[in-house]
Amino acid sequence: MNSLQNYLLLSSLLFSIGLAGALIRRNAILVLIGIELMLNAANLNLIAFWRFGPNPAALTGIMFTIFSISVAAAEAAVGLGIILAAYRHSRTTDLDHMNSLKG
Amino acid sequence: MNTIFLILAAISVVGTGAAMSLRNAVHCVLALTFGFTGIAALYLQLGAQFVGFTQIMVYVGAVAILAVFAIMMTHKPEPAKPSTFSSSWIEGSIVAAAVFSVLAWAVHSSSFSRQPSPPQPDATVQQIGVALMHHFVLPLEIMGLLLTAALIGAVVIAMDRKEELK
Repeated sequence: MNSLQNYLLLSSLLFSIGLAGALIRRNAILVLIGIELMLNAANLNLIAFWRFGPNPAALTGIMFTIFSISVAAAEAAVGLGIILAAYRHSRTTDLDHMNSLKG
Repeated sequence: MNTIFLILAAISVVGTGAAMSLRNAVHCVLALTFGFTGIAALYLQLGAQFVGFTQIMVYVGAVAILAVFAIMMTHKPEPAKPSTFSSSWIEGSIVAAAVFSVLAWAVHSSSFSRQPSPPQPDATVQQIGVALMHHFVLPLEIMGLLLTAALIGAVVIAMDRKEELK
């Protein structure tokens, strides 16, 4: 069992933790954090494949990760903005209470 | 499987697991920074220094602070909630466990284990900068556009519209 497999296993574990958090938490902010965790697990995969892949000089894994981190930052900013707007509307961040489409 | 990898993996898994299971939201974000730091150290161990420090700056620095701000702005003193987890937590846990088992099975039965480990590649900041300015210049420009749009969009979405109506 070589090192790439360890990294892939760790990354799938992190992805599952993020998925579980996104599915079972009540707080909308923590659901967003779970989505960030899933993105992080994918980034770890990309870097591991870059490190153990056949052509690391092309730097594609690193480029993918850098762009993915940028998109994740933009997503976090917009997502938290949406949560603030929804909080102003419904006065809660509890997802079990956000159950009406037309306010 | 070396010791450093095991320690860093334990830091990441414990940090992120605590972030997804603690009751207090601020404690969750603190545990999350711990886990993100562990992942950044894993990047450093893999030889991707630039990505590791970007991870620390963006996730530990910016995203965690943003999340703490959002928690503080949406916080209201209220009696203790009946539960931290939503009503469908059993289904969610089953789905997450099933996803992990499928992924672990796929990784375990893949052919990666037969390949030898190549020597550590080097990716200096200079190489990354040259690649960004030559081969990846169009994605870089699109990323700048996307970040600008996201910045403006986040401000517009989060803006309080009551003052306009007066």
